[in-house]
Amino acid sequence: MNPVNYLYLAALLFTIGATGVLIRRNAIVVFMCVELMLNACNLALVAFSRMHGNLDGQIIAFFTMVVAAAEVVVGLAIIVSLFRSRHSASVDDASLMKL
Amino acid sequence: MENLIALLVAAPLLGAAVLLCGGRRLDAVGHVIGTVLAAVSFVIGAILFADMLGKDEEHRAIAQHLFSWIPVEGFQADVAFQLDQLSMTFVLLITGVGSLIHLYSIGYMEHDERRRRFFGYLNLFLAAMLLLVLADNYLLLYVGWEGVGLASYLLIGFWQHKPSAATAAKKAFLVNRVGDMGLSIAIMLMFTTFGTFAFGPVLESTGETSEGTLTAIGLMLLLAACGKSAQVPLQSWLGDAMEGPTPVSALIHAATMVTAGVYLIVRSGEIFNAAPDAQLATTVVGAVTLLFGAIVGCAKDDIKKALAGSTMSQIGYMILAAGLGPIGYVFAIMHLVTHGFFKAGLFLGAGSVMHGMNDEVDMRKYGGLRKYMPVTFVTFGLGYLAIIGFPGLSGFFSKDKIIEAAFAKGGTEGWILGSVALLGAAITAYYMTRVMLLTFFGEERWRNQPTASPADPSVEPAAEHQGAHAEPHPHESPRSMTIPMIVLAFGSVFAGAFFGIGDRFMHWLEPVTEHAHGHPPIGATTVTLSTVAVMVIGVGAAYLQYGRRPVPVVAPRGSLLTRAARRDLLQDDFNHVVLVRGGEHLTRSLVYVDHTLVDGVVNGTAASMGGFSGRLRKLQNGYARSYAVSMFGGAAILIAATLLMRAV
Amino acid sequence: MSAQLAAYSTSTGEAFQFWVLGTVAVVGALCTVFMKKAVHSALCLAGTMIILAVFYLANGAYFLGVVQIIVYTGAIMMLFLFVVMLVGVTAADSLKETIKGQRWLALLCGLGFGILLCAGIGNASLNEFNGLAQANSGGNVEGLAALIFTKYVFAFEITGALLITAAVGAMVLTHRERTERAKTQRELAEERVRENKQLPPLPAPGVYARHNAVDIAGLLPDGTASELTVIKTLRDRGQIRDVSNDAIKDLKALEQRSEERLGREEEATK
Repeated sequence: MNPVNYLYLAALLFTIGATGVLIRRNAIVVFMCVELMLNACNLALVAFSRMHGNLDGQIIAFFTMVVAAAEVVVGLAIIVSLFRSRHSASVDDASLMKL
Repeated sequence: MENLIALLVAAPLLGAAVLLCGGRRLDAVGHVIGTVLAAVSFVIGAILFADMLGKDEEHRAIAQHLFSWIPVEGFQADVAFQLDQLSMTFVLLITGVGSLIHLYSIGYMEHDERRRRFFGYLNLFLAAMLLLVLADNYLLLYVGWEGVGLASYLLIGFWQHKPSAATAAKKAFLVNRVGDMGLSIAIMLMFTTFGTFAFGPVLESTGETSEGTLTAIGLMLLLAACGKSAQVPLQSWLGDAMEGPTPVSALIHAATMVTAGVYLIVRSGEIFNAAPDAQLATTVVGAVTLLFGAIVGCAKDDIKKALAGSTMSQIGYMILAAGLGPIGYVFAIMHLVTHGFFKAGLFLGAGSVMHGMNDEVDMRKYGGLRKYMPVTFVTFGLGYLAIIGFPGLSGFFSKDKIIEAAFAKGGTEGWILGSVALLGAAITAYYMTRVMLLTFFGEERWRNQPTASPADPSVEPAAEHQGAHAEPHPHESPRSMTIPMIVLAFGSVFAGAFFGIGDRFMHWLEPVTEHAHGHPPIGATTVTLSTVAVMVIGVGAAYLQYGRRPVPVVAPRGSLLTRAARRDLLQDDFNHVVLVRGGEHLTRSLVYVDHTLVDGVVNGTAASMGGFSGRLRKLQNGYARSYAVSMFGGAAILIAATLLMRAV
Repeated sequence: MSAQLAAYSTSTGEAFQFWVLGTVAVVGALCTVFMKKAVHSALCLAGTMIILAVFYLANGAYFLGVVQIIVYTGAIMMLFLFVVMLVGVTAADSLKETIKGQRWLALLCGLGFGILLCAGIGNASLNEFNGLAQANSGGNVEGLAALIFTKYVFAFEITGALLITAAVGAMVLTHRERTERAKTQRELAEERVRENKQLPPLPAPGVYARHNAVDIAGLLPDGTASELTVIKTLRDRGQIRDVSNDAIKDLKALEQRSEERLGREEEATK
């Protein structure tokens, strides 16, 4: 098997995640799909690292994880405060530019 | 000498300015100032005439350039005058007749408290008319053209307290406006075609221009002439214009202003020569008007309106002659001059009669006046003989030539035009005899007459409250009125012979208008004899109808033609039905089109834009997911573009 | 394993692992998207992430593989679950689309995007894999550490700042400032008197030694049961037991039994 298949898998996962972001209304699930996309990217980075024979790709993936962690913290906080004010976690409910 | 030309115009203009701006202080001397300045203008004209006679034929035309009015690159409008034989003829006629009528008005308007203003208007008219005939380009001519229109409007509506006068003034102004539109379009066409509107360059370069353009210009000029000279189809204002004071009718609506159309056509002769279609249209207009005016003149009981019909008819002769081209121009102007004399005389006579009859205008309430107004009778009678073309008097010479020229047109057209002109001569004799008989002969119908019927439309309202109840006391007019009449009568008698014998007038005018001898299919003598014959027939018919039998005071109902003719051959009804109603329908349909089509397009555009934006707005629905789709689609397109660029 | 990493092609074992786990990962991803309940989505996502961790390991990213499991699956996904609990674990989303055309557009875009992406990868001629044998020779973690603290040290420091900012941000976002003073006990008591609702303490539930006491309503002095004595949850579930009749029934049964016994004794004495 050619390791390039990891890239195809990453592309597939990324696409699934993106489609999920577009389709789902629940902010938490949307958020999960974003995480899925990030993970797909990480997989691609790791595969690139193997391809190029150095560790820079892994470093980038590592940073991605850190940023994702920060993003999750803030994003979930936003979801929680949104839920508090609207009693709903639907992204469509936040369609007006005010709370 | 050239510098005097401007003075010709300046003198009456000064008079108008002084009289109209001077206020009541000049009330006492206003008429003197006006008359003197008119006379000054005449004297200047006479000096210029003498000077002109002293030169040889080729160098008679002189010009004066006053100043550049609108000096724009490619558009040169100059205030410049040109005095040639044609202009000189008009100058003498205008200032001469004008001065006489000023003199006459002193007596006629004696009791009018606005006499000063009247003389101011008269002077304004003289200035404008002189400007018209002296201008050396069409634009300046247009200024004069509008000026006489304004003066005519002011003078017709001079007795503005009478609703009929105010309406008549408005009507004259509006109808004239149609003609003026023609003139302005003609001037614009000239400017676009020739790049100038000075007479010289325009008329010299007619040979290089297409016939279509020239025909268009010619037809527009003809429209202008129709408006100003009361020719069919713009004739309707002249009859009503008789609401103005009688001197005005004599000066403006008989002798001078209404002949401006003839002047315009003769002046633009080169254009018409090169556009046979326009010429044909001109002759047709002239012939139709000739009969139209004559028929209307037969039916009117109002002496001034009968004379107005006659004026229309006589100008029809002139237009007809002018439309004949070089064979007719000279005769058109000649008839114009002789007509200026005898028609002014006739109007002044009519004014004199009205003056003595408490402003009564209904001829059926005259009769037997020759005993009471001998001078008026004689002068009016001479004018009458002149207009019907009594051999030896002026109308005979000029009209005979026109009929001859009409036959000389050649072919079927010549026969038709000639016959129409002959028929017109017969009708002229008929209606003028009728006027003469009703007014000066027969029983004295003004005695013991009952109160004028208010329903009679031909009675002026002024007559009702002034003297309808009192029996009039016919008397001769004061000398200031009779002297002009006598002078004009002299003109009526001798002008034709003076001009016609030895073709003196033709030689005088030939350098300007050119002249070609026509060759009528029948001999000149035959034409003359038949002219005299039809004249005798006309007179005889009138005598049989009005001289032998008593004339009813109240007009009989009359035949259908008579009734139509009394209503000016239904011209106003025609205008009302075709123009007013038609205009209303047109505007209504235009409004409809505007509301449905134009507004529809505009509103439709707006609505479709609104609908489109409404649809477009839905893209901006505020849903984050929708925006995410666009982003995602954009990303996909970016990838596609990248791949495409790599593939290329 | 490290020797194979340099190879142009992977070992059969890795291929097998890839196809099996890859399939599972895709299924997990699809489930994440299409599961109705957020909890299920989260669990599927966790599964996918674990598989990805395995793939990281397979690709020589040992450190990342471990971090993936600990940080992502262990911390982040748990955080997700916490939020799901907070928002409501039972709430099932309707998958019915409310924005017109959104779903079709999304699927179209997704399909196009995926195809284009795969086309791009296929077009990129990525056939030569160097492998990580040399890079990992000094140990994967050591290699990463050397890079992080030399080449990427600034980025590393900045991520630290980012994390702190995120933590503070989360606190700011979720913290709710108390806008009024908390009521004291006295104020609460006075309020109760003012509203005249339940002056004395609520009655205690009825107590019988034979029953679970909390689901039995206490009897008021007039003998009726007071529902107020039972906690709200049981009231809502309708799990209150009325035992007032049981006592009478029990008494009757006792009397009957004693009569029977007495009757038997009478017969015996006869």
